[in-house]
Amino acid sequence: MKDPYLFQHRNILGIEQLSQADIFYILETARSFREISTRAIKKVPTLKGKTIINFFFEPSTRTRLSFEIAAKRMSADTFNITASTSSVQKGETLIDTAKNLEAMNPDIIIIRHGSSGAPALLTRFVKAGIINAGDGTHEHPSQALLDMMTVRDNKKNIEGLKIAIIGDIAHSRVAHSNILGFTKMGAAVRVAGPATFIPPHLDSLGAVLCTSVEEAITDADVVMALRIQKERQDDPLIPSLREYARFYGINKSLLTHAKPDALIMHPGPINRGVEMNPDVADGDGSVILEQVTNGVAIRMALLYLIMGTQGVSS
Amino acid sequence: MSDTIIILQSGRLLDPVTKTDETGDLWIKDGVLVSAEQPIPETAQLIDVQGKWVVPGLIDMHVHLREPGEEYKETIESGTRAAAAGGFTAVACMPNTKPVNDEASVTRFLLDDARNASTRVYPVAAISKGSSGKDLAEYGELKEAGAVAVSDDGFPVLDSQFMRRAMEYAGSHGLLVISHSEEMALSKNGCMNEGIVSTRLGLRGIPAAAEAIMVYREIALAELTGQRTHIAHVSTLASTDLIRQAKARGVRVTAETTPHYFTLTEEAVGEYETNAKMNPPLRTKEDKQAIRKGLQDGTFDCIATDHAPHSVLEKECEFDLAANGIIGLETSLPLTLNLVREGVIAPLRMLELMSSAPAAILQVPGGSLVEGNIADVTVIDPQMEFVFREDTIFSKGKNSPFINRRLQGRAVLTIMGGRITHQI
Repeated sequence: MKDPYLFQHRNILGIEQLSQADIFYILETARSFREISTRAIKKVPTLKGKTIINFFFEPSTRTRLSFEIAAKRMSADTFNITASTSSVQKGETLIDTAKNLEAMNPDIIIIRHGSSGAPALLTRFVKAGIINAGDGTHEHPSQALLDMMTVRDNKKNIEGLKIAIIGDIAHSRVAHSNILGFTKMGAAVRVAGPATFIPPHLDSLGAVLCTSVEEAITDADVVMALRIQKERQDDPLIPSLREYARFYGINKSLLTHAKPDALIMHPGPINRGVEMNPDVADGDGSVILEQVTNGVAIRMALLYLIMGTQGVSS
Repeated sequence: MSDTIIILQSGRLLDPVTKTDETGDLWIKDGVLVSAEQPIPETAQLIDVQGKWVVPGLIDMHVHLREPGEEYKETIESGTRAAAAGGFTAVACMPNTKPVNDEASVTRFLLDDARNASTRVYPVAAISKGSSGKDLAEYGELKEAGAVAVSDDGFPVLDSQFMRRAMEYAGSHGLLVISHSEEMALSKNGCMNEGIVSTRLGLRGIPAAAEAIMVYREIALAELTGQRTHIAHVSTLASTDLIRQAKARGVRVTAETTPHYFTLTEEAVGEYETNAKMNPPLRTKEDKQAIRKGLQDGTFDCIATDHAPHSVLEKECEFDLAANGIIGLETSLPLTLNLVREGVIAPLRMLELMSSAPAAILQVPGGSLVEGNIADVTVIDPQMEFVFREDTIFSKGKNSPFINRRLQGRAVLTIMGGRITHQI
C-alpha cells in the first residue's frame, strides 16, 4: 500500500525543496481557497489567533500586500516590518532581529531579503515557520507557484507544455523558481536573452537555452517576460533599454510564432515598452492580472499548510 | 633556548633536503641539532618516538595573525599556539592588519610581540602604503626591521605598472613579492566559485578566469623584471597550468596552494555554509584534481594554509555578507597526510612542500635535520585519529569547514629552537 500523501514542509524556502506531489497539493489547496476572495465577506477563521510577520528588507508592493491580504482573509494577525523601520537601520544583525521577533512568538515569518540564502539562515535561529518571499537572486517560490496555478487554470495540465521565459534569467529569482517548478511539473522550459542575462550552467536547472527570442517562443504555450532590473547598473549587461526592447522585447509580431492561444505572463512590475509592449501586456492571452489574483490564493494555501506543520517534529 | 639535551629516540627520521628516510635518534642541544655522544648525559631528556615521524619543523608561509588591530579574531600568541599544535615551528604573517604592516615600526612591533610566541614569526610587509596600490612601501627599512617578503594579500594590486615597479624595487632589497592574484573587476561582489552551485544558490560567482588573468600577469612581469615572484593560494586548473608552463621556460616563479583546494570543492558551500567561503573560492572537482597533480609533479613549491581566523560576528550571517577565509593551522597536517595515504605524494615530498621549500623561498632557517641546523623539529604520529572538535581548537577562530570531521595524523610533539612548544 502506498502511503497517503502528507505535506511535511515546515518552511518554504524554494521550489528546489518541493516535490511534484507537494506542488500539486499546494495548487489544489490554493484552488479551494480562491473562492473565499470572491465572497462578500472575505474572511474565514482558519488562522484566528495566529501571528504572522511580514519581514521585508527590499521594496515590495504586490508580494507583501498579497501575503498580508492572504493572512487577513484567514483571520491571522499580521504585522509588517520593513528594513527602514526595523533595528537593522541601527546596525542590528539579521539574526539578532530575527531572535527578537522569535521572542514575541510569531507562528510564521515571511521574509524578503537581498541576500540569497537569508531565509535558510533564519531557519537555524527561529522556531517559527519561514516563508521565502524572495531572496537575492535565489528563489521566489510563491511567485512560481502562482504562475503554475495560472497556467494550470488555463491549460488544464502543465505536463507537456512549452514554456518560454525571456529576459534576465541570471538575476531573476522568479525565473529560477519557475524553471525549477515548471520542469518538475513536466513542462519544457526554453529561455532566451542576451548572454549577459544567462547564468552559468543554465542546463543544470533544467532549462534549454535558445539563441533567439523567436526560437524560444516558437510553438510556446506560455510566454513569460521578466522585468529588466534597472537597478543593476554596476555591471554592463545591456547597452540600452532601447536596444533591449528592439531585440528582446515581446511584441505582437514575435508572438505570431507562439501557439495562437499562448498565455502571456509577467511577474510585474512591467516596464512597458521595454520587455513587453503594452498591446501584448493588455492583449488577448494576457493573464498578468490573473497571476496577481492567484497570488493571494497561493499564499493562503502556503500559510495554511505551513501552519499545519508547525510544532510537528520532522 | 634550552641547554638541556633532548634526544628523540628511535624515530623515523625524514629529511627532505638530504632525501633521507631512516630510523634513528635525533639529538638537540642548546637549540641546535647535534651529533650523538657517548655516554648519554644524565641530564638528557629522552623521548621515545618509536613508530613516529621525526621531521623538520613545518613552516606555513601564509597565515593571518590579525595582530595588530583585530585581536578579537586572533593574536600572535593564540595563532602561533594553534600553529604549534598543528606541527608548525614558523609562520609568515600577512600584512592586512590594522594598521597595515607597511612600515618598519609595525614590523618591529610584530617581532617584539612574537618573542614569546610558540613559533618563529616572519612578517610579510605590504607592497604599498596602506595597501592602497598607490605608493611603494619603504622596502629597505622593512627588510632591515625583519620583513621577509612583501605582499598585496587581501588587497590585490590592480595597476600593472605599479606591480612591475614593486617587483623591481623589492628585488633591489632582496625581498620576495607574494601575489594575491585576483582580477577584481571580474570577481566584484562574487562570493563563491562561478558554476553550477552558484547558479543553484543564486550567489554571484567568481570565475576561475579572475585568478588566471592575474597569475599570467605576474608571470609576465616576473619574466620582464627577472625578479622572484611567488603566487599565493592557487585554486584553479588554469592557474596551475600557467605556473607549470612558466617554470618550464625558466621564469623565477614559485607557488603555493592550500589544503582546502586539494580537499574540498564548491559543493562544500552546500546550503550557504559560510565556513566554506574564502577567497579565492573553493572550485570544481577538475580544479581540485589539477591542484593535486600540481602538488605531485612539482608545479607547486609549497602548501600554505591561508589561515584566516574570524569570529562568529563575521561568519554567522548572510552568505554574501560573510567574511572570506577559514582557519587552517590545525588541520593542514592531517589533510596533507591524506595525500600521502592516497599515494598522491610521498612523505619526503610532503615535507618539502611543508618545510624545506617554504624555508628556501623565504630564505629562513629550517627545513632540514642535518646537524648544525636550528632545532625546529616536529614529531608526527601519522596514524593517530582524532575528531576536530570546536572546543579543542587553539586558534581564536572556529571558522573551519572541517569541524567535527574525523582526521588522521597529528603532531604529537613540536620543538622550536630546542623548546617544546606543543606536546600530546
